[in-house]
Amino acid sequence: MRSPPNPAVAARAEDGAKTVPHAGRLDAVGYLIALGGIVRRELLRFFHQKERFFSAMVRPLVWLFIFAAGFRNTLGTSIVPPYETYVLYEAYVVPGLAVMIQLFNGMQSSLSMVYDREVGSMKVLLTSPYPRWSLLLAKLIAGVSVSIVQAYAFLAIAWFWETGIPPVGYLAALPAFLASGLMLGAIGLFLSSLVRQLENFASVMNFVIFPMFFASSALYPLWQVRASSEWLYLICQANPFTHAVELVRFALYGRFEPVACAVVVGTGLLFFTLAAIAYDPGRGIMARRGGPAGEAA
Amino acid sequence: MSAALEVAGVSHRFGQRAALSDVSITVERGHFMALLGPNGAGKTTLFSVITRLYNNQEGRVSILGHPLDREPSRALAGLGVVFQARTLDTDLTVAQNLHYHASLHGIGRAAARSRIETLLARVGLAERRDDKIRTLSGGQSRRIEIARSLIHAPRLLLLDEPTVGLDLESRADIVAIVRALVREEGLSVLWATHIFEEISSEDDAVVLHKGRIVARGRAGEIGAPGETLEAAFRRLVAEPDKRAVKSAA
Repeated sequence: MRSPPNPAVAARAEDGAKTVPHAGRLDAVGYLIALGGIVRRELLRFFHQKERFFSAMVRPLVWLFIFAAGFRNTLGTSIVPPYETYVLYEAYVVPGLAVMIQLFNGMQSSLSMVYDREVGSMKVLLTSPYPRWSLLLAKLIAGVSVSIVQAYAFLAIAWFWETGIPPVGYLAALPAFLASGLMLGAIGLFLSSLVRQLENFASVMNFVIFPMFFASSALYPLWQVRASSEWLYLICQANPFTHAVELVRFALYGRFEPVACAVVVGTGLLFFTLAAIAYDPGRGIMARRGGPAGEAA
Repeated sequence: MSAALEVAGVSHRFGQRAALSDVSITVERGHFMALLGPNGAGKTTLFSVITRLYNNQEGRVSILGHPLDREPSRALAGLGVVFQARTLDTDLTVAQNLHYHASLHGIGRAAARSRIETLLARVGLAERRDDKIRTLSGGQSRRIEIARSLIHAPRLLLLDEPTVGLDLESRADIVAIVRALVREEGLSVLWATHIFEEISSEDDAVVLHKGRIVARGRAGEIGAPGETLEAAFRRLVAEPDKRAVKSAA
């Protein structure tokens, strides 16, 4: 072992180690700073990608404009909770379409982690000194923040369709959107650990997004589904997306749906735990996959 | 006093293939160590183990005296990394990228602001603070990445082939910046490369080949008498099986 070339430098190296081991802080305040930074980056990226915002808006608006208008006469909706009167079909589908935005966003932002993994910005995130699960949670919250902005932008446009949502409903729906966004994001996060490449998004669309969306109460009340198929009704009931939609729907009309809330929170926790295991350096994908080119067979 | 980086007996496998076999490296405080190896030698895998992207399957890693397995937060807090791949957000500005990284280390915006000014001046890009990354050249982006890696005042800096793909002038700039950090601030550096001009004969060096350390010592002493480092390196990686591990330390 040799001494460093310059004794003064050696002294500085030791001083540095004693006095400035780390410029930031590793406590809860430090973590909140990290969380704030991760959310801010996601929002900045979102506002820089205007096309992403418009495409997120176009999808539900096409449903509302065209699909709902076409079906309003055939699918007029009789009285089901939380509605107290007969409602127009447009009013019925608005909550489901708002949560659909979150569904797409959850899958998209989590799958962007597959891309992040490929280009390396995921590495930057994961070399942060905070526990890995807490970084994944921060990433999840950042994605949900974006989805909530989109959902409210949609609700603002949908207001013109006489949805009958009371002003307080918009406020009451915020925690519901947060819970449903976290659940859908956690499912996406878990899927992102299974998906090797970004190109596989198409199969996620086919096998996850579409079945979740159509086999739910987003587009039709479940009693109508039950009238045609008991099996399909049970599938819809088991679909966590149904519960996310109902949680938001009830909240928008100022009511709380405990079963939906329990299912959404429980499913979110389950998938987040699975994702945290998948991203753990010792157990999950980081260990099993993705050795650097030329160094892994 | 503990070393800046201590890698002891680290092995790593991807399925059947051993990417690292019994690798031991010590970077002393205030030293510049070159990690030499051809493509596929295991340099990036080693960096991934040190940065905890991959689990440490076998052996020990300690950063500034903090074992990576038992005190990962403290170990990572003292470590700055420049990855081989470009990892800046090209749609965001220089300052936005640096603030993001500062927050990842728990540094608030007010504290980060003055630190960012200082570091941008250090890498000679103070006037590009509000420009988007996509408007910068490859060499400038690399300098920003170095500034970024220093934001939390790490005492150990890891750079994975930071000059690959850059022109001669940019390459020289980056080498000069990092050497000044070692000289003036006593930073410890592990620099992975296969470009010999970046290494001085006084540097510590290890040669990694097929996941094993095949030579170590002062860069100027790795070769036989009269042999350049480059010639010694070519010989070492050409005949890996016919020669015992050479130690010039």
